[in-house]
Amino acid sequence: MERTFRVMRCDPEKDKKPYLQEYQVSARDGMTVLEGLFYIQRRLDPSLAFRFSCRGSVCGSCAMNINGRNRLGCETQVSSLKGVIKVRPLGHFKVLRDLVVELDGFWEKYRRVRPYLIPSSLPPEKERLQSPEERGRIGDTADCILCANCHGSCTVTGTDSEYLGPAALLKTDRFLRDSRDVAGDERIRIVDGVHGIWRCHTILSCQDVCPKELSPTSSIMDMRKRLVRKRGNDGR
Amino acid sequence: MIYHQAIIVGGGLAGLRAAIELNRWGIDTAIISKVHPLRSHTVAAQGGINVAIGNNPLAASDSPETHAFDTIKGSDYLADQGAVLKMCRMGPGLVYEMEHWGCPFSRNDEGRIAQRPFGGADFPRTCYAADRTGHALLNTIFERAVYHEIAIYSEYLVTSLALDDGVCQGLIALDLKSGMLVPFSSDAVIFATGGAGRLYGRSTNALINTGIGTAIPYRAGVPLKDMEFIQFHPTTLFGTNILVSEGARGEGAYLLNKSGERFLADYEDSREKMELSPRDIVARNMVREMEKGGGFEGGHLHLDLRHLGKQKIEERLPGIRELSMKFAGIDPEMEPIPVQPGQHYTMGGIDTDAEGKTVVKGFFAAGECACVSVHGANRLGGNSILEALVFGAIAGEGAASYIEGKEKMREEGMVLDSLKREEEEIKNLMASAGKERVPDLWEGINRVMDDNVGIFREERSLKEGLDKVRELKERSKALALSYKGKSFNYELYWGLELQGSLDVAEAVILGALERRESRGSHFRRDYPVRNDGSFLKHSIVKYTEEEPSLIYRDVDIILFEPKERRY
Repeated sequence: MERTFRVMRCDPEKDKKPYLQEYQVSARDGMTVLEGLFYIQRRLDPSLAFRFSCRGSVCGSCAMNINGRNRLGCETQVSSLKGVIKVRPLGHFKVLRDLVVELDGFWEKYRRVRPYLIPSSLPPEKERLQSPEERGRIGDTADCILCANCHGSCTVTGTDSEYLGPAALLKTDRFLRDSRDVAGDERIRIVDGVHGIWRCHTILSCQDVCPKELSPTSSIMDMRKRLVRKRGNDGR
Repeated sequence: MIYHQAIIVGGGLAGLRAAIELNRWGIDTAIISKVHPLRSHTVAAQGGINVAIGNNPLAASDSPETHAFDTIKGSDYLADQGAVLKMCRMGPGLVYEMEHWGCPFSRNDEGRIAQRPFGGADFPRTCYAADRTGHALLNTIFERAVYHEIAIYSEYLVTSLALDDGVCQGLIALDLKSGMLVPFSSDAVIFATGGAGRLYGRSTNALINTGIGTAIPYRAGVPLKDMEFIQFHPTTLFGTNILVSEGARGEGAYLLNKSGERFLADYEDSREKMELSPRDIVARNMVREMEKGGGFEGGHLHLDLRHLGKQKIEERLPGIRELSMKFAGIDPEMEPIPVQPGQHYTMGGIDTDAEGKTVVKGFFAAGECACVSVHGANRLGGNSILEALVFGAIAGEGAASYIEGKEKMREEGMVLDSLKREEEEIKNLMASAGKERVPDLWEGINRVMDDNVGIFREERSLKEGLDKVRELKERSKALALSYKGKSFNYELYWGLELQGSLDVAEAVILGALERRESRGSHFRRDYPVRNDGSFLKHSIVKYTEEEPSLIYRDVDIILFEPKERRY
């Protein structure tokens, strides 16, 4: 079945502004949007640029805006979309070319939250013990694939370039929830500020677009509660 | 020119682990990767990582030696036994270390790392983080690399090594963003570039696993080893060939034919262990069952999880459920999953010793791109990320001690010479008026490998395959690009990968053609029996300007005498 893909194109070296280009894609059963883009790149227009790797919803490379919503191209079935398939780069990021966006700032924010375990003592000879309940507390917060769908959909990241954003804040919560980590106070200090957890407007768009159905918003709310409780305990 | 004491190509588990080892030695280290490290194929590993730590009550008497035996038997006795023993003995410490660095492993009731059964293993020794073990390990090791502030060059496609009289001086890489070739000078280089699964069309592998990292050293004179051994995973999603973890069978899932029978009972070599027979055996019997008419239309069978129950599926196999729903439109709690075998792993690779060293001084390899060999003719599930972890660390240490003891000075001139050559090549490719297009040739490789070099092989189809690949190589000389832009030129990217992949495909087929026996994953219908007299040997393929040359090398057998492989 023929489907129309309308893709936003841009080569900042020569295009003053982005433009839309249409392609007719012969869509077989089960075709995903990523496969549709490969169809275009291989058969119609080799200049089309987009990121890819696992094509199986685990690596986070192919985050893009499809019919107005941030999704992974690899797991979005063409048949699930009505009418013209409109593909744009993730919002809030500088476009490097076509669907490829500059993610340096995103990774910089990831680094800023100290995204690694900070344990209390030298490790034992074997593993640190962690009960299934304690492991359960980390829950799915460790399942984030850092695709940046959330960052690109968040209304706050769009207006405040300093805002840490949903993915980095979720990463903070992932370590706060880990029984082996002792840097809770420091982690909270990093996110406690006008560009941190207090900036979230709870619009829930991050949760809405997460391909892993995670909820950065819940993590942000949990961290706020934790901070308020701590202030109470500190007698403020 | 950019200089780092050590440069690692590839940001998956092996590459990042090597970087951390070098960092421990105080050596300035950089990672170069054509994708951001977290997009590496390690992320797709599902089921787990094998180490004999005896956390499962059923594995109290497990030991690294038993693990080594299972691995060697699984390899159909082609693995080098000293190397296997080393891996199985070092594994526990390195897995504990990953736990110490924060890996969110699943836990047993005692709070220890949980372990599940896997195919071909005598004890349940596969440590896991639900069915997202690769994701958990890759994130943890990347987090550690961030902690150590290791330099990372993302989206740089390495195109060649700079060698001077058998000594590695650095490499050349294409910065995808700027479209410029960048020279890197370094005292040691480690390749950890993953497998070559995308030579095949029907593969579980990420689309980045083209084998270019295998091709670059091969074309520079480093031999490849045991390339004919390609693993086909029994359970990949019908249609997309996305992996369905062996962990599913480890947790008790059934393989069923169209009559709903557990057909593995009908085949002598899988009767005993059934779904937990090793991968090569299960994959072959699936094909045999389909050839007998037991398959569903289009060529698939069923993997049935329903009897495991909702709780177990959601707790231990949530990723499988998610992938089945997203890519096959099936909820495995309600319906069986349609599966077929698909290419999964490259047992062969860059010829290294058990220290990760190659014939080129200062050039090391680790992980799936390398062949130590610890997997021999068939890899056991749960041993690939173990290999990446262990030999990543070993290659890092090897490179560190090489750098410390190095006498000869760096030769930046060599790197500049290589840069000039590469610039010339790309200029010529860009200016080529040839008629051949990149995607057509890629389709050609995929078709040959799927059709002629699959699970069952024989002389005629292999010869035909070799001819076809050589024809494709010839055609690739007339390769032309229609897009001339610089930034993120993926036509150029796929074109550069293509040429190397053709050479790797040729090496695979040559090895398969000349190995006139059946061993592990390599099954010849015309030579269905293992022949230790002639072929208990590693195949070593060397690149030459004309045709590759093939020699054989003895296997290191120090502990377990080869026996008939029965389960």
